[in-house]
Amino acid sequence: MDSIFGVPSAAFVGQLIVGLINGAFYALMSLGLSIIFGLLRVVNFAHGAQYTLGAFVAWALLEYLGLSYWWALILAPAIVAVFGVLMERVFLRHLYHVDHVYALLLTFGVALLVEGLLRLQFGVSGLPYANPLAGGLDLNFTFIPWYRLWVIGVALAVCLGSWYFIERTKLGSYLRAANENPNLVRSFGINVPRMLMLTYGLAVGLAGFAGVMAAPIYQVSPLMGSNLIIVVFAVVVIGGMGSIMGSIITGFGLGVIEGLTKLFYPEGSSVVIFVVMILTLALRPHGLFGRNE
Amino acid sequence: MTEAVPFLRVSHLTAHYGETQALHDISLDVHEGEIVCLLGRNGAGKTTTLRAVMGMLQKRGGLIEVNGQSTEGMPPEAVAKLGLAYCPEERGIFASLTTEENLMLPPVLRPGGLSVEEIYTLFPNLKARRTSPGTKLSGGEQQMLAIGRILRTGAKLLLLDESTEGLAPVIIEKIGQTIRMLRERGFTVLMVEQNFRFASQLADRFYVIEEGMVADQFSREDIAPNRERIEALLGL
Repeated sequence: MDSIFGVPSAAFVGQLIVGLINGAFYALMSLGLSIIFGLLRVVNFAHGAQYTLGAFVAWALLEYLGLSYWWALILAPAIVAVFGVLMERVFLRHLYHVDHVYALLLTFGVALLVEGLLRLQFGVSGLPYANPLAGGLDLNFTFIPWYRLWVIGVALAVCLGSWYFIERTKLGSYLRAANENPNLVRSFGINVPRMLMLTYGLAVGLAGFAGVMAAPIYQVSPLMGSNLIIVVFAVVVIGGMGSIMGSIITGFGLGVIEGLTKLFYPEGSSVVIFVVMILTLALRPHGLFGRNE
Repeated sequence: MTEAVPFLRVSHLTAHYGETQALHDISLDVHEGEIVCLLGRNGAGKTTTLRAVMGMLQKRGGLIEVNGQSTEGMPPEAVAKLGLAYCPEERGIFASLTTEENLMLPPVLRPGGLSVEEIYTLFPNLKARRTSPGTKLSGGEQQMLAIGRILRTGAKLLLLDESTEGLAPVIIEKIGQTIRMLRERGFTVLMVEQNFRFASQLADRFYVIEEGMVADQFSREDIAPNRERIEALLGL
């Protein structure tokens, strides 16, 4: 099996893995954005910065406290989630009753602030973070690092777990109901404001989690979030804001499309997602899985 | 005779939606075990009154007391814990939840509510359609779901807004039976109704709301001897 679709097998599988990896991050990040938009009606422009923060916290835990990647995988998202909870409680909560663009601008401001401070402290060149899972799967025609498989697997598990939590559990039904009619849900005795705060924190923690997983693959750099977030927004537009499964499928799918495009039409690989976005907006503005709201 | 503390006392309630004043002066009492009905034309302020009682209005003045306790500054979730539940005019069935999820959504806040089996016995249609998305139900079924789900919570004062609007006579009959059954079980009901014939068979006392104020009030016994005057008042 030397070639697949006219391309060397090693290259094909290699790019497929790259596509799934990128897709894993697209899915995790767009999932968080979808949740935040669905419940809070806020376009969380700080999502990329919160992802960057996750990576930096992981780096700092290793650098200053000697805590390994496996500790960071639990602690960093928790720390970033607390940051998110504070953001909601102190700032976002007071903007719900005005035009939603103000909340958007606030998150944008937070992103600039966080990335600016990190850039000031660490410069733009990036910090190294060691691969916690050395070695890989040795197939005859190619070699797949264990860490890459780990990332894909964990991302898939977290995405599907989130979907299950939202679509199939009692707590998830509270979230879905509050999406539609928060005042009525409050009249049932449910503390919706607290739910919004914790949900924002959780979704932000998800971004931080993605950041930790990204650290060994990409450089830990203040710009890592802003590079990613533009593509993630395109993914969310294509999938449809507010659809959980849509974010997951679109995220992974577009990652794979982007990765394979590099094989067959390398010049198009950096723009293919945006081309799909434009087509989607023209033909199905609510996104592939979006609901009419 | 010393007057017992009413379950709900509204005193000189005012309310605004933004700059518009929707309620000018609403005062009413609801005693435990009563069925009280708010009558009046569209836009008179009946729904606004219910929403104010439930704590859902930002700007309101006057005094609202539940069992003697003021609800000043209380958000809806706190008012619910005092034993009130609200069934809105638009029913508020959630589209992204199944019938059963809709039914089970409001948490049980205190003992004394109906069990799920009792609600399904009362409304067998809901049991048959429990895995359907909530909004796929017919209008009558959605109304039964909207009423059914607040019966589980243990709330003792039910605020029902236009519970018979747009429904077939058979369903209206069913809802009337349900409200009668609830009264027998010790529930208290404050309802808004445009259908005077329906309300006159159920409610003990009536308040006529006009342009954000209480224009008149009467009890069920007053209806027969004053039929013409009352129907003129309501524009019937």
